[in-house]
Amino acid sequence: MGPADTTTALDAKLRAEHVGMVFDRDGKSVSVLEHINLDVRNGEFICMVGPSGCGKTTLLNVMGGFLSPTSGSVTIDREVVHGPDPRRILVFQEQGVFPWLTVEGNIGFGLSKLSAADRSERIAHYVQMMRLQGFENTYPSDLSGGMKQRLQVARALAVNPDILYLDEPFGALDSVTRLIMRGELLRIWQTERRTIIFVTHDIDEAVQLADRVVVLSSRPAKIQDVLTIDIPHPRNISSARYLEHRDDLLKKIGLAYTV
Amino acid sequence: MNSLSKPASWEKFFWPLLAVALLLTLWHYSVIWTATKVFPSPLSVEKGLGELFRKHVLWADIADSLRRVAIGFGTAAVVGIPLGLALGWYPAVNQVLNPVLQILRPISPIAWIPVAIIFFGIGDHAAVFLVFLGAFFPIVVASASGVSQVPAVFRRAGRNFGLSPAQLLARVVFPAALPQILIGLRIALGVAWLVVVAGEMIAVDSGLGYLVIDSRNSGKRYDLVVAAMLLIGVIGLALDIGFRQLEKIRSVRWGFGHES
Repeated sequence: MGPADTTTALDAKLRAEHVGMVFDRDGKSVSVLEHINLDVRNGEFICMVGPSGCGKTTLLNVMGGFLSPTSGSVTIDREVVHGPDPRRILVFQEQGVFPWLTVEGNIGFGLSKLSAADRSERIAHYVQMMRLQGFENTYPSDLSGGMKQRLQVARALAVNPDILYLDEPFGALDSVTRLIMRGELLRIWQTERRTIIFVTHDIDEAVQLADRVVVLSSRPAKIQDVLTIDIPHPRNISSARYLEHRDDLLKKIGLAYTV
Repeated sequence: MNSLSKPASWEKFFWPLLAVALLLTLWHYSVIWTATKVFPSPLSVEKGLGELFRKHVLWADIADSLRRVAIGFGTAAVVGIPLGLALGWYPAVNQVLNPVLQILRPISPIAWIPVAIIFFGIGDHAAVFLVFLGAFFPIVVASASGVSQVPAVFRRAGRNFGLSPAQLLARVVFPAALPQILIGLRIALGVAWLVVVAGEMIAVDSGLGYLVIDSRNSGKRYDLVVAAMLLIGVIGLALDIGFRQLEKIRSVRWGFGHES
């Protein structure tokens, strides 16, 4: 790995060490993750790409504490992850918002410990940030796909997490909405500076968003490569440098497909 | 009429009314053609209905039937919903109780009548117990399956926000299963209304079921029998329509595919 990855344990926000995951499927053990080593700096935007079904989502679930790795460990702030925690929120691809709650109810879901005044102030802040004004009392069934995802991100941000895990969050959206959503996410990331780990199968999405792109191989997933995208935001997606990174990444993914 | 086109508003009422009119006509002439002395014609049933309304016991009978349904159904809901939630939520509880429930469930509440009379004697309690039995199982089954069908995404999101298991049940699993539970309650209410009539024919001496059997026994008044039957149908329909209004509550509407 390149020098960009030799972060010391001290400034690593999240560290995956020799993470391995073996599932038991019909009596046969299937290895999904093997020897995953990764350090993520505080405030970094990481994209994980790889062939579909390679185990990206499994890795994200291990990092989020929803699955225990069969070997190795994930540590956050030098503390081993043992389960899900409101300090790190996972945003799902779709249908992650609660349909029985309004926009306000969803954003306030994780805020029951706050006083009513603090709570409504926090809700109002994220309604504003995610551009959901006028929809405070609307139920998710009346929202578009893009608005539902904005709502899910708002609900996640409202509990003030250090890390945001996003599992192909824009995968079910149309291409125009997806582009707008990427812009929104970058805007939030730049104002709030959370650590973001973003799983996608979309090469362009990864190159547009990430500080570093982690390329996973096909199953069992290993880290095949880590690319640093050193283009400042806003990124010109027809610039030579952008295209160079994109081609580079495509080539690496292409290699991943030809085992 | 094109089946895809929306029917005109007059058609919405015209065709069903026509069907009712045809049925009444068929009934009327069947009575005339067969020259039956026992079975009443629609006109004599209508007169019978009038007679029932003038005698004030009818309202007491309706009130008694509704009260028995309210108590039996209400108790079934209060006991059945928590039990169903527990069955769906704790696999161990399900493993222990499910076989018992599956054996009891197919037994018609009618078959329980002798047992109910042993337990409670002839009277209100026996009828209410039968209503409870009829309503209990659909509620338990719907609540349990509602819980087990809650998408994993909701449960995971709930856990992610730091909810304890009890909070998860109250704030995520219950609201997520609520549309299914309401469907179970609606089925149960229908069954309760069926069962109360049967129970009242045997266990008590008031209510619409008693009215049916009493009209037959005291002077073979089949006009009153059929009038009471029609009343039972109309009230059952009203109960169902009333209950369906709950589906329109905003926090459960998502589960019923209503156009918003």
